[in-house]
Amino acid sequence: MLSTTEKEAIDHEIGLVPHKRATVIEALKIVQQHRGWISDDSVEEIADYLGISPAEVDSVATFYNLIFRKPVGRHVILLCDSISCYVMGYKSLYAALQHKLQISFGQTCPDDRFTLLPNACLGCCDHAPAMMIDKDLYRDITIEQLDDILKKYA
Amino acid sequence: MPRIYIDNVPFEVKAGKNLLEACLSLGIDLPYFCWHPAMGSIGACRQCAVKVYKDAEDTKGRIMMSCMESVKDDLRISVCDPGAKAFRAQVIEWLMTNHPHDCPVCDEGGSCHLQDVTVMTGHDYRRYEFKKRTYTNQYLGPLINHEMNRCIQCYRCVRFYRDYAGGKDLNVFSAHNHVYFGREKDGVLQSPFSGNLAEVCPTGVFTDKTLKEHYTRKWDLTNAPAICQHCSLGCNIIAGERYGQLRSIVNRYNSEVNGYFLCDKGRFGYEFVNSENRITQTLVRHRTAEAVDEHTLMSHLPHILIGHTVIGIGSPRASIESNYALMELAGKECFYQGLSDNQVFLEQKIVDILSAGAIHTPSLKEIEQADAVLVLGEDIWNTAPIMALAVRQSVMKTAAAHVQEQVPLPGWHDAALKELAQESKGFLANMSILPSPLDEIAACEVHGAPDDLARLGFQIAHLLNNTLPAVDNAAETLLQNATMISQQLLQAKHPVIIAGTSTGSEALIRAAYDIAASLQNNERQPGLAFVLPDCNSMGLAMTGASSFEKALAIVQKNPDVTAVILENDLYRNIPADLVDNFFSKCRQVVVLDTLHNRTTEKADVLIPVASFAEGDGTFINNEGRAQRSYQVFMSPDKALKEAFKWLFEMKVIRRAISNGHDVHPDEMLAGLERVYPQFKGITDVVPSHAFRIHGSRIPRESQRYSGRTAMLANKAVSEPKPLQDDDSPLSFTMEGYRGMPPAPLIPYFWAPGWNSGQAVNKYQQETGGALKGGDPGIRLFRETGTIPAYFQDIPDAFSPRQGKWFLLPQYQLFGSGEFSIYTKGIAALSPEPRAILSARDAASLNMAPGDQLSVQTDNRTYQLPLETMDDLQDGIVILTAGLKGMDALSWGTWVNLFK
Amino acid sequence: MMTERPLTRNIYPDRPPMNLKEYEKTGGYAALRKVCSSMDPAALQKLVQDSNLKGRGGAGFSTGMKWSLIPMNDKATHPKYLIANADEMEPGTFKDRLLLEGNPHQLIEGMILAAYAIQADIAYVFLRWAYHEAAALIRKSIQEAYDAGYLGTDILGSGFHLEMYLHTGVGRYMCGEETALLNALEGKRATPRAKPPFPQISGLFGKPTIVNNVETLCCVPHIVNNGAAWFKGLSYSDDGGTKVYGVSGKVKRPGAWELPMGVTMRELIEEHAGGMKPGYELKGVLPGGASTDFLTTQHLDIKMDYKSVAAAGSRLGTGTMIVLDSGTCPVGFVHNLQHFFAQESCGWCTPCREGLPWVEKILLALEKGDGKPEDIELLQMHTQFLGPGNTFCALAPGAMEPLQSALKYFMEDFEKHVEHKKCPYD
Repeated sequence: MLSTTEKEAIDHEIGLVPHKRATVIEALKIVQQHRGWISDDSVEEIADYLGISPAEVDSVATFYNLIFRKPVGRHVILLCDSISCYVMGYKSLYAALQHKLQISFGQTCPDDRFTLLPNACLGCCDHAPAMMIDKDLYRDITIEQLDDILKKYA
Repeated sequence: MPRIYIDNVPFEVKAGKNLLEACLSLGIDLPYFCWHPAMGSIGACRQCAVKVYKDAEDTKGRIMMSCMESVKDDLRISVCDPGAKAFRAQVIEWLMTNHPHDCPVCDEGGSCHLQDVTVMTGHDYRRYEFKKRTYTNQYLGPLINHEMNRCIQCYRCVRFYRDYAGGKDLNVFSAHNHVYFGREKDGVLQSPFSGNLAEVCPTGVFTDKTLKEHYTRKWDLTNAPAICQHCSLGCNIIAGERYGQLRSIVNRYNSEVNGYFLCDKGRFGYEFVNSENRITQTLVRHRTAEAVDEHTLMSHLPHILIGHTVIGIGSPRASIESNYALMELAGKECFYQGLSDNQVFLEQKIVDILSAGAIHTPSLKEIEQADAVLVLGEDIWNTAPIMALAVRQSVMKTAAAHVQEQVPLPGWHDAALKELAQESKGFLANMSILPSPLDEIAACEVHGAPDDLARLGFQIAHLLNNTLPAVDNAAETLLQNATMISQQLLQAKHPVIIAGTSTGSEALIRAAYDIAASLQNNERQPGLAFVLPDCNSMGLAMTGASSFEKALAIVQKNPDVTAVILENDLYRNIPADLVDNFFSKCRQVVVLDTLHNRTTEKADVLIPVASFAEGDGTFINNEGRAQRSYQVFMSPDKALKEAFKWLFEMKVIRRAISNGHDVHPDEMLAGLERVYPQFKGITDVVPSHAFRIHGSRIPRESQRYSGRTAMLANKAVSEPKPLQDDDSPLSFTMEGYRGMPPAPLIPYFWAPGWNSGQAVNKYQQETGGALKGGDPGIRLFRETGTIPAYFQDIPDAFSPRQGKWFLLPQYQLFGSGEFSIYTKGIAALSPEPRAILSARDAASLNMAPGDQLSVQTDNRTYQLPLETMDDLQDGIVILTAGLKGMDALSWGTWVNLFK
Repeated sequence: MMTERPLTRNIYPDRPPMNLKEYEKTGGYAALRKVCSSMDPAALQKLVQDSNLKGRGGAGFSTGMKWSLIPMNDKATHPKYLIANADEMEPGTFKDRLLLEGNPHQLIEGMILAAYAIQADIAYVFLRWAYHEAAALIRKSIQEAYDAGYLGTDILGSGFHLEMYLHTGVGRYMCGEETALLNALEGKRATPRAKPPFPQISGLFGKPTIVNNVETLCCVPHIVNNGAAWFKGLSYSDDGGTKVYGVSGKVKRPGAWELPMGVTMRELIEEHAGGMKPGYELKGVLPGGASTDFLTTQHLDIKMDYKSVAAAGSRLGTGTMIVLDSGTCPVGFVHNLQHFFAQESCGWCTPCREGLPWVEKILLALEKGDGKPEDIELLQMHTQFLGPGNTFCALAPGAMEPLQSALKYFMEDFEKHVEHKKCPYD
C-alpha cells in the first residue's frame, strides 16, 4: 500500500499532466525517496495507483540507473567514472574506497552502511575527481580526505 | 503514381508507401526486422538501409533507412550500392556479436527470418571474439517458449503484444545492450493473442511450445491450406504434419479475414487431432460395442437404412459437403439442424437479414477500417477473438486517421502517429452482459440484461430514423447513452454494428439490424457483422432446416427411426433431458464423428470420420464466406475418410443409386448448388480436383522434405507409392509445380531466400495487401440494394423476478471450445465452471463467493461455486458455458436457485 | 582585457545566487517588462534571429530559426511547451551547472521570454538528478517568480499566461537528447524519436514544443535588453554573444569563464587555464565535451566558434574542453569515453547498442596488451559505419568523434599497444 504522503505527492504530479501514466517516473522517485529503493511490491503498488500494469512501471524503472531495483545501503556513494575524473585520478580513488569499504561497484557493505556505484559525469569537471554521497557533492577529492568524508555518514 | 528510380531503373509505385514497402512489393529483396506490414515502421533495427540520392547528379548519396522514407516522385535510390550493402551486412555482424550459435538446436532454424536476412546480406564471417551477453529465460505459460539469448532487439514482440493486441504483461526492460523482452516476472502470458509472438519474432526467442512436444523443421512438414475449426470467423491456417501427427498450426495470410494473426485457441487448439480419444474403429453395438471391419459394417448398414425412416441430424462444425450429403441421405424434409429451437431461430433471423441483401456484412478487414463500432450484446472477446482484435485496430486506426488530417504524416509512421494520437481513440461502444477487456478502449461501455441492451439499441435506431418507434419508459441513462452513441455513429462514414447469438436474444439481432439499416445513405456505408458459435454455423443455418426439437417430435411419434448424427455432440447444444429422450426413442442411432463424446456413447453404429486434418471440407464463416479446408494428411488405412464420403455410400446403399466412384467434394458442392440456390457460387470456392498447372499438382511438401523412404522403412524397405489425393490438385509429395499456386491452394509460404513466414511478401499484390489473384473465399451473400424492412417490436425493460433468475451463458475463450481443450496448454488455461450473481443477489440468498450454488434448470440441478460481480444486473445468473463435461442449458429462461 | 560578461557578471563563487529582489536590482526582469508592454511574439523571434544566437547545447543551430518553425496563432494546437534542457551530462561539461547554481532567475526570465516568443502555455526545467542544489534554487526561484506575477495568468497585464514546473531526472545521458527528453517527461523510457515530425510539430504529449539549452535561454534577457547588434558585437565571429567556455584535465587552473564567442584555444588553455601542469604537455583537446573530435597543438590558434572548429575537423559542442595530457594514454582515455557511451546507449538501434560495447571491449583489450592489428581495422570500421544517418540518433556518431580523431592523431600510440603487447604509459 502506498502511504498517504506518497499518494499525496503523486497526486500533485498527476494534476500537472494530461495522463496519469505520465507521472510514473515521478512516482518512482517519490516512492524511492521514502523507501530507499523500489521493490517488486513497490512496482505493483505504483502500477495499481496509476492504473497501468506492473510491466509498464518496471519497463520504465529498469531503464533509469538511479532508480534502484535492489536494496541499497543507508548511503549511496556515486563515484564519477567519466573522462575528466579519469584523467584526474578517479581510479586510485576507487581503489581506496574499495580498500576502505571492502566492496566494489554494485555492492553494499555487510552492515548496510554504503552502496558503492559508478556514475556518469557529475558536471563539476573543473574540480575532478568528484563523487556524491546521497545528495552531497564532494569535489577535488584526495585519498587523504576520504576518511573524514566517510565518517560523516553513519 | 510517383515514379522512383531504383538503381537507375524507373518504377511506378504506390503513393503513401515507404521505400521498403515499395521495394518489397516490386519483388526486390531488401532485408528488414523491425518493420511489419501490420504495424508500420519505427526505424530501429537499421537493417533496411539503402542509398538515397539528392538528385540525378548526386553520385555519392547517403544511407537512409528505406522503411522511414516515403516514396516521392523522382526519388533516386540504390539497393545494390556497395556502401549500402556493406552497411546491411555490418548490421548482421553486429547482431551476431551476441547471437548464439544455436541454429542446429533452435526451433526457428529453417523458418528463421534472421537466417534469411543473414544470407541475403552476404555476411559470413564473425570477427567478434569477446564474450556474448546472456540472459535468464522466463516461464511464460504453456503455449510460448522463451529463449532470450537469441534476441536481436527488434522490438516487434512488444509492439505486437502491447500496441497491436493491447496486452499489458509483456514489455521491454533495462537499457543499452541489456534490453530484455519478457514479463516483469515469470508467469502465464495473459493475452489470448500471445501465440503470434512465435511468428512475429524473427528469431527463436518466442516459439510455439506445443510444437516442441513433437518438433519438426518447417522444411520437413507436409502442409495444407486449412480453415480454423474453433469459431465462426474462419481464419485461414496452415496445418503442418509429419509421421502421421498434426504438429503445428501457423497463420495463413488472407487479407480479408485474419490477415497476419491468429488467436491462441486457433493456433494451439489442434492437439485433438492427435488425441487418444480419437475414434479409430468402426463400432457396432448389439449388446456391447464391437469393433468391426468395413466389410461387416457395409453388410450391417442396409439393415438399418432400408425400410426405416431415416432422419439426419446435421452439424454446425461439420463441412457443408458433409451436411449436404446427410441431407441427400435422409432427404431434405428429414434433415434437421442439431441445434436448439432458439438457436435455429436466431441463426435463421441472421440468414434472412443477410440474404435480403439490404445491408453489407463486413469482412474482418473492413471491421479494422471502420471508423465507429457498436457491439450490441455479443461477448466477442470470447466468442470471436480475432474480431475483437480487429475492433481494436479500428479504434487505433481511426485515431491515427484523425491525426493525419491535422499533421501530414504517412500511415506507416507508427511511432509518430501514436505520439500525436496520445490517448485518443476511434469510437467504440461496447454493450455486453459482463465487463470485457474491450471496455478499456471503449468510449462507452454499458452492461445489462439482453433486453435492456436491445432497448438501448432500438432507441439508437429511433434517433437515427424517426419513423422507428421510440422506447417507452426509458431510463435516463439509456436515453443519454443512445443520444451519444447515435451522434457518434452519424459522424462515421463506415460504422460497423456487431451482434451475435451467444446471449440467446433475438431482440439484439433485430436492434442491430435496425441501427445498421438506418445508417445507410449515400455518404455512409455501414456494416452489420454477426458472430455465430461454430466454424460452419452459417453453412448449416443457410440450409434452413428445422431444429432438433422438431426431430424429437418425429421420433416421439414414430418408433422406427434410424437417426444419423453427423459430427455433433448433441449434449453440447441441447439440454440433456431432451437428448436422452431422443436417444431412448430412436430405434437405431448411427453416429459419425472424430472423437468420443457423450453422443458417440449412445451410438448403435459408430463410424470414425476424418477431422479437418485428414479430410477436405468447405466451411462458411460468419460473413457468409465459403472457404475450403484441405486435408494435410491421409491416414495410412484409408478407412478414415470425410463424413460426406460415408454418407454418400450410405445414400448409395439406401437408394441403390451410384455414380460409380468415390465422390469428390467438388461434386458435393455442385449438387448443393443445384438443389439449394442460396449456395449459388460456392463451386467457385476452389479450383476443381482436376486442376493442374502445366500438368503438375501443387506439392504439400517443400523441395527439402526429407526422410520419405526412411520413415516407413520399418514397414517395408522399398519406398511405397505416395498417397494420391483424388479430391484436390494438391499432392502428398514434394514433386509438382514449384511456382505460385492460386491463393486458395497455397499450402505454405516459401520463396527462394525467404524460408520464414515473411515469404508471404512474395505472394501479395503489395505488402500488406491482397494475395495475388485475390484472397481465398467466396462470399455467398450479395447486396441487392433492397430497401430495408425494419423491425418494430421493442422488448420491455428487464426486471428481476421474485424467486427466479434469468439464466445466461458466459463463454470462455479458453475452455468453451469442444476441441481446443484437448491441447494441454489450453486446458491448463481454462477456468473451472462457476456461477456468477450480483453481490446483492448473493447476499439475498445468504451466500458468499466460493459457496456452492444450486441451479435448477432443464429438469436437472447443477451445483457450481459462486462468484459475485458488482457490475452484473440483479436478477441474472451467469453460468460458464461450454466447458468440458457441461451440459447445454436453456439460456434465456428463468430458473430456480438455492444454496 | 575588459569584456562584457552578461551571463556571469553577477555570479560569484563565494556568494549565494541572487534572489528575485536582488536580481531585479541588477536589471532582472526588465526584459520581460519590455517585451510584455511593447513587443509581440513575432518581433521577439525576429530579434533573437537577428542576434545570431546559436544553440549552446552542442548542436549550434540558430535559435531564432528553431523557434520560427513552431506553429503560431490559430495554426497551433495547445498547450504549447517550452523546455529548458538542464540535463547536462556530456562528460567534461559543467557550464550549465555554473549558470543554474549561480543565477537561476536569469534562466527563468530567459524561459519566460522564450515561452512568450513561441506562445507557449507551459514551461519545464528538465534538470538532471545530480544537481540538487540547483533543484532547490530553481524551485525557490519559480515560486518567487509566481509571487511577483512573472508567472501564472496575465503576466504583467500582457494577456500572456505561463505555468512553469521543475522536473528532475533519474539518470541516463539520453535524457539530454531533446526527443528522448520529451519521452522522459511523458513518463516513458528515454529513447529518441524519429524526426520528422519535429518537436515543433509533435513534441511533448504530441503538442508543439521547443527545447533549448540553459545557456541559450540565459542569453535571451540580455538580447532583449541590449539589442541584436550589441549581442553580435560581443563576439569575435559570426555567432552572436559570449560563450561560457571551460577547461578540465591536467591544467593549472581548470574552470569555466564567460568570454567572447571566438576566443582562441590558446587563450583558453594558456591564459585562463594557466597552461599545463608542470611535467605535462598538451597532447590533444576535445573542444566541446566527450563527443567531439580531438584537436591538437597545431590547432591552438583556431577560433572557438561553431564554424571555425568545424572547419578544423571537430565541433564546438558545449565549449567545455577536456585536455589530454602527455602522461595519459590516449587509448585508455578513449576507452573511458567509449565505456561511457556504450553504457549510456538506450538500446534502441542496432549499430549503437551492439557496436559501442564491441569498441569498448577492443579498446580494453588494447590497453591490457591483448590487442591485435585487426583490432585497429575494426575500430576504423566502426568510425565509418556509426556515422550520422546510419544510427537512429546522434549518440553513436558522437562516440565515434573522439575515436576517429584519436586514430588519426595518435595512431602511433595504438600501434605501440599492439606491438608491445602492453600500454606504453603504464
